[in-house]
Amino acid sequence: MSGAREEILGRLRAATADVSTPLGARGEPPVIQAAAGSDHETLELFAENVADYRATVVRCDPGGVAGAVADALARRGARSVVVPDGLDASWVSGLGGEVRVVADDGLTPADLDGLDAVVTAARVGIATTGTIVLDHAADQGRRALTLVPDQHVCVVRADQVVHDVPAAVTLLDPTRPLTWISGPSATSDIELNRVEGVHGPRTLDVVVVT
Amino acid sequence: MTGPQPAPGRPGAPPTGDVGGGPTAYPDGARRADGLGEPAAGGGPDSSGPLQRTSETFLGMPSFQTAARAALANTQQRRNLAHATATIRAKRAAVVAEVDAWEELRVAGAEAKDEALHHLPDYLEQLEDNLTARGATVHWARDAEEANAIVVGLVRDRDAEEVVKVKSMATQEIELNEALEAAGIHAWETDLAELIVQLGHDRPSHILVPAIHRNRAEIREIFLREMGDVGRPAPADLSDEPARLAEAARLHLREKFMRARVAVSGANFAIAETGTLVVVESEGNGRMCLTLPETLISVVGVEKVLPTFADLGTMLQLLPRSSTGERMNPYTSMWTGVHDGDGPQDVHVVLVDNGRSHVLSDPVGRDALRCIRCSACLNVCPVYERAGGHAYGSVYPGPIGAVLNPQLRGTASDVDKSLPYASSLCGACFEACPVRIDIPSLLVHLRTQVVDEASGRSPEALGMKAAAWTFGDHRRLEAAQRAATLGGRLLGDRTVRNVPGLGAWAQARDVPTPPRETFRQWWRRTHRDEDREDT
Ligand code: SF4
Repeated sequence: MSGAREEILGRLRAATADVSTPLGARGEPPVIQAAAGSDHETLELFAENVADYRATVVRCDPGGVAGAVADALARRGARSVVVPDGLDASWVSGLGGEVRVVADDGLTPADLDGLDAVVTAARVGIATTGTIVLDHAADQGRRALTLVPDQHVCVVRADQVVHDVPAAVTLLDPTRPLTWISGPSATSDIELNRVEGVHGPRTLDVVVVT
Repeated sequence: MTGPQPAPGRPGAPPTGDVGGGPTAYPDGARRADGLGEPAAGGGPDSSGPLQRTSETFLGMPSFQTAARAALANTQQRRNLAHATATIRAKRAAVVAEVDAWEELRVAGAEAKDEALHHLPDYLEQLEDNLTARGATVHWARDAEEANAIVVGLVRDRDAEEVVKVKSMATQEIELNEALEAAGIHAWETDLAELIVQLGHDRPSHILVPAIHRNRAEIREIFLREMGDVGRPAPADLSDEPARLAEAARLHLREKFMRARVAVSGANFAIAETGTLVVVESEGNGRMCLTLPETLISVVGVEKVLPTFADLGTMLQLLPRSSTGERMNPYTSMWTGVHDGDGPQDVHVVLVDNGRSHVLSDPVGRDALRCIRCSACLNVCPVYERAGGHAYGSVYPGPIGAVLNPQLRGTASDVDKSLPYASSLCGACFEACPVRIDIPSLLVHLRTQVVDEASGRSPEALGMKAAAWTFGDHRRLEAAQRAATLGGRLLGDRTVRNVPGLGAWAQARDVPTPPRETFRQWWRRTHRDEDREDT
């Protein structure tokens, strides 16, 4: 095995023997950003682009999150919802007795498959692409939580929304697992017809808190 | 075989290594049994690494032109392909137009890949160090056989009888599924298109939408016929509505995701600076594979390395817009070794050479290794649109396949020799390529090599063979004319240097920009004194 390593590295060194530029000569990678308007415009663009993926976008003030979450779950008729440990408890305080709130105490994939929805926070939102990035911190939970249940309600604060992709990349910590989500799961594999919902959540509700 | 072994004797289930049964069944007369196609074994101690062995699947493939002739006769495939490529082209154009700095991004993308490729050993060592520090185990594989042996060994050590797989060009290239099946391990493809291809005992025809050659009625039929043999059957009342078909796939695969202990993936990018691997996808099957199993094995070509995490700021703008024509693909997953309490705790990365060091040793040809497999070049290629993916005799079809395959595998075989001629050099691929691979120039470079290597065959002979193909049928001539017209539109006043199938021979003569005159008019005017068989 180590023989393979040495041999491959040796071949690659021989193959690049003609290269005269030193390592790292290009300098810092350029940051090519999209022209940004005001914060307000960025937020508008974010909402527009998220909705363009056929996700639902709802805006509310901090006091309205619980209501918005409850509405989103009711729209799909969710009867059970898993919440990550670090989630702001007030966000799911508006749920009546008919929705079972389940804590993530080591649920198996099969357990998760039996739950209807998940509610999480987010790490960053990207306006030009309508993307939400999760870094799976305590208020978002481990990756399986936002994958197996069929509905994901994601609460994004307005101040978490950046204009474009490079701005998001600089905010992210690569030592964390990262999931970039742009609309619900989708495929275009059958005659290029877009179909929402193959394996990930088929419903994505984004609550933007302004 | 891709996928589970079919019941013996089932109609439509081709024997191992056969490309028949699919829409591009080659006429028997086009087959070769003489073993040509086996490139000379290994490189010497010189600067170029050994070539990739052509897998049995593609061994003895007819030349591109011969295979394309069979494909041209397949109306269904051509109709599907024309629809698909036109749709994706339009989507791509719309989202690329949204980005003011698109050209700057392309330059930055090319520079990021060049930095990595020009110093590949250094960046690979850095990648390995960071992966190891974050709890992953790194393996190195000189060729397909070694890579397959590593993966099979890892799966066996974990007593697993099956693996779930994310669509990956690298594992298709090394034919990992076949190796796993041979070891008694089921490999389940989980990408919808790959599932269609696998259940249909078929081969992918497009990088991005591998089942592009199948329509909904065919997919329904495949699901109804095959799903029950390998897991949860399709519902008996399945219609050919895309939503119903996707639902059937969701149910069929969910039971596999829930129980799988080992997953195999590729990676779109591997970040040297941090040890982060990136998988870009749409359906969520990637997330399932990367998250739920205990063990994750990622097979990564050495050229997938990017120097820094910040380079993703460029690449994640370029790739989705070029590829699916979306602002962003639905899901992108990034993981850096093992994450405590989240996802697989047993993480392996297999770094694969398999001919890449050979490609890297050519200072011109190495640009092809920048490729991020977006498939934009396929979708703009008039030759691909008509010939289809199978004619390229490799898992890498289209313009990029035409430059990559002969470099990875050498030009000893009929198909690899002919691939540099599978282009009109119209330039559309270069303009579409997000990392600025000048595919037409690379093709010319390769044609020179093919000609140099062809003992007793002059460039004229090669050119005439291709010309005979072009003129053998009025539809191909028509295709050539339309391709030339398209080239003229894209290139404005610049000279079109070639037309499909004419190869090095026409290469030496400049073709005036169409459509000032039709192809036939031009031909009569410029080749009055040549031997020809078109009239
Ligand atoms: S060669 Fe360029 S356009 Fe073609 S698949 Fe690769 S990156 Fe995309």
